[in-house]
Amino acid sequence: MDRMIEIRWHGRGGQGAKTAALILAEAALKEGKYVQAFPEYGPERMGAPMQSFTRISEVPIKLHSHITNPSAVVVLDSTLLDMVDVTEGLPEEGIILVNTSRTSPQVREKLNFNRGKVYTVDATSISLSALERNLPNIPMLGALIKATNLLKIETAVISIKEKMGKKFASRIIEGNVEALKRAYEEVKGE
Amino acid sequence: MARVVGLTGDEVAAEAIRQINPDVIAAYPITPQTEIVQRLSQFVADGLISAEMVRVESEHSAMSACVGASASGARAMTATSANGLALMWEIVYIAASLRLPIVMPVVNRALSGPINIHCDHSDSMGARDSGWIQLYSENCQEIYDNLIQAVVIAENKEVLLPVMVTLDGFVLSHAMERVEILEDEEVKNFVGEYKNPHSLLDLNNPVTYGPLDLYDYYFEHKRQQVEAMEKALRVIQGVGKQFAKISGRSYGLIEEYRLEDAELVVIALGSTAGTIKEAVDELREEGVKAGLLKIRCFRPFPGREINEALKKVEAVAILDRSASFGAEGGPVFLEVRSSLFEKTERIPIINYIYGLGGRDIKVEEIKGVYQTLQRIARTKRVEKRVDYLGVRE
Repeated sequence: MDRMIEIRWHGRGGQGAKTAALILAEAALKEGKYVQAFPEYGPERMGAPMQSFTRISEVPIKLHSHITNPSAVVVLDSTLLDMVDVTEGLPEEGIILVNTSRTSPQVREKLNFNRGKVYTVDATSISLSALERNLPNIPMLGALIKATNLLKIETAVISIKEKMGKKFASRIIEGNVEALKRAYEEVKGE
Repeated sequence: MARVVGLTGDEVAAEAIRQINPDVIAAYPITPQTEIVQRLSQFVADGLISAEMVRVESEHSAMSACVGASASGARAMTATSANGLALMWEIVYIAASLRLPIVMPVVNRALSGPINIHCDHSDSMGARDSGWIQLYSENCQEIYDNLIQAVVIAENKEVLLPVMVTLDGFVLSHAMERVEILEDEEVKNFVGEYKNPHSLLDLNNPVTYGPLDLYDYYFEHKRQQVEAMEKALRVIQGVGKQFAKISGRSYGLIEEYRLEDAELVVIALGSTAGTIKEAVDELREEGVKAGLLKIRCFRPFPGREINEALKKVEAVAILDRSASFGAEGGPVFLEVRSSLFEKTERIPIINYIYGLGGRDIKVEEIKGVYQTLQRIARTKRVEKRVDYLGVRE
C-alpha cells in the first residue's frame, strides 16, 4: 500500500455514499491504519448528486484539505456519469469503479477515459436481490475492496455489523453482508 | 488502557463531555447548533450521564443557564457555533467577569451574512476579548484532549475563568478520524470533583454575583480578570504536562514543528496546522528549512513563548482564518507582530487571510507561502504585508 490512499465516492443523497465512506474508514482503522472520512460539505438532499471521501494511511494523517486527486473513485449511480465529471483529478494509474450493468470497455468509452483501471459491478441488481431495495453503497464497498485490495473483506463485515447493528434488523444486516460478498466476487475490470 | 475508535469532531467532543460528566448541560438546538448537543441529549435520555439537561429557548439563555448553574456550584457546559455564539455574546462576557469555569466547545464557522455554515474563525476570534481562555484544536484527538484539560484549567483556583475549546467546522466537526479514548475512570480522576469556592448555595458563606459595580470597584475587578489570564499561562502548561501522564500526549501553549533549525516559519492555528505540517515535510525533503509554529492557546496569548521560538528565523508568515475589517491584518497577525516588536532584530513578517467561509486550503498553496518567505529572506524586502490566500479576485 502507498503511504496514503484517497477515495472519492459519488452518489445521490440517500444511497449511502457517506455511510460507505465511514464504514471503509472504520474497517481500515481495525486493521491498524490511520483514517479520515467526511462527506461533501454541502446541503444533503435526497436524490441530489453528492460526494464523500475516505483517506487511509499507514502513518498519521495530518492533512485537512479536500481530496482533489483521489487514488480511486467509486460511482454509486451510473446516471451521474452524464452529469458529473467523475474522473476529475484521477491520476494516470487511478481506479474508477462504477455501479452499472455495462462492461468496463463500455464505461471507458462513455467516459472517454483511457488511463488507469476501470471496474464495473451491477450493485443495483445485487442490492435488489439481497435487500429488495436499491442500496448500492455496501455492495460497492465490497467491489472496491476487491479492486484495490485495501483490506480484508472479513474486516468490512465486522464493521458493517457494528455500524448497522444499532439501527437495523438482523435481516437487513445479513442482506448487506451478502451484497458485500457478492459484489466482491462479481466485480470485473481492466 | 486507551480505546482506539473512529469518531467525528462532534462525536469526540460529546464523548469527552460524557466522560467529564458535568452536572448541568444547557443548550438550544438553533441552526447552526452542532451534533455535539444532539449526542449529549441522547446520552442523558439513555441514562449514560447524570447531567441535568436544560433545554432553553435561545443560546443567550443557554449561557445564562450555565452562569446560574456554575455560580451555584455545578459544573456546567454547553456547546455552540458561529451565530449561536454571537447570540450568547452578552452572557459570554458575564460568565468570564463572574469568574465561572464554564467549558464550551465552539465549532468554528463563519458568521452571517451572507449565510454560510462552513469553517472560519470569525466567531471565536470575535470573542477574543471576552475574557474566555481559548484553546484551538488541530485534529479530532486534540478536541478530546483539550476538552478534558479545559475543565482542570478553568477550575484551577488561580484561574477560575471559562474556556472555549474550538474545532474547525466541517473540516473536523464532520470528519471521522482515529482517536484514542481514555477510560471513563481515568478522565473522572483527572478532572476531579468541582468545588466552587464561592457557591451561591453555601448558606454559611453568603456571596453575591453580578451586583452593580460602578467606578468604585469595576476597574479592580477587570484588573483581576487580566491577572487571572496571566496566571492561566502557567496553569495551562502544567495541566498539559499532567495530561501526558495519563495519555502519553503532552501539550504546551504552542507547538513547534520542525522549528529547531527552521529559517522560514508559518504561524497558524486549528486544523490548517496539520496541512502545513504536510507542506513542511515535503519542503524539508527538498532541502528547504521550513517550520511551523502552531498556536494552541490564543487566549491568554503566549507572546513570550512565541518570541523564544522565533529566535533564529529569517522570515515569518501568519495565516489568519478571519478578517478584522479595517485593521492592519488579521487578529493572529496583529497579536504576533505586536509581540515581536520588542525584538532588537526585526524579522520580516507577512500576513495571509485564508479559508473564509470554508474555502479549502491546499498543501500547494502553503508551499507557495514558503516560496514567498524564501524571496523575502533573500531580498530582505516585504512587498505586500497583508495578502489573501486562495481568494479568486
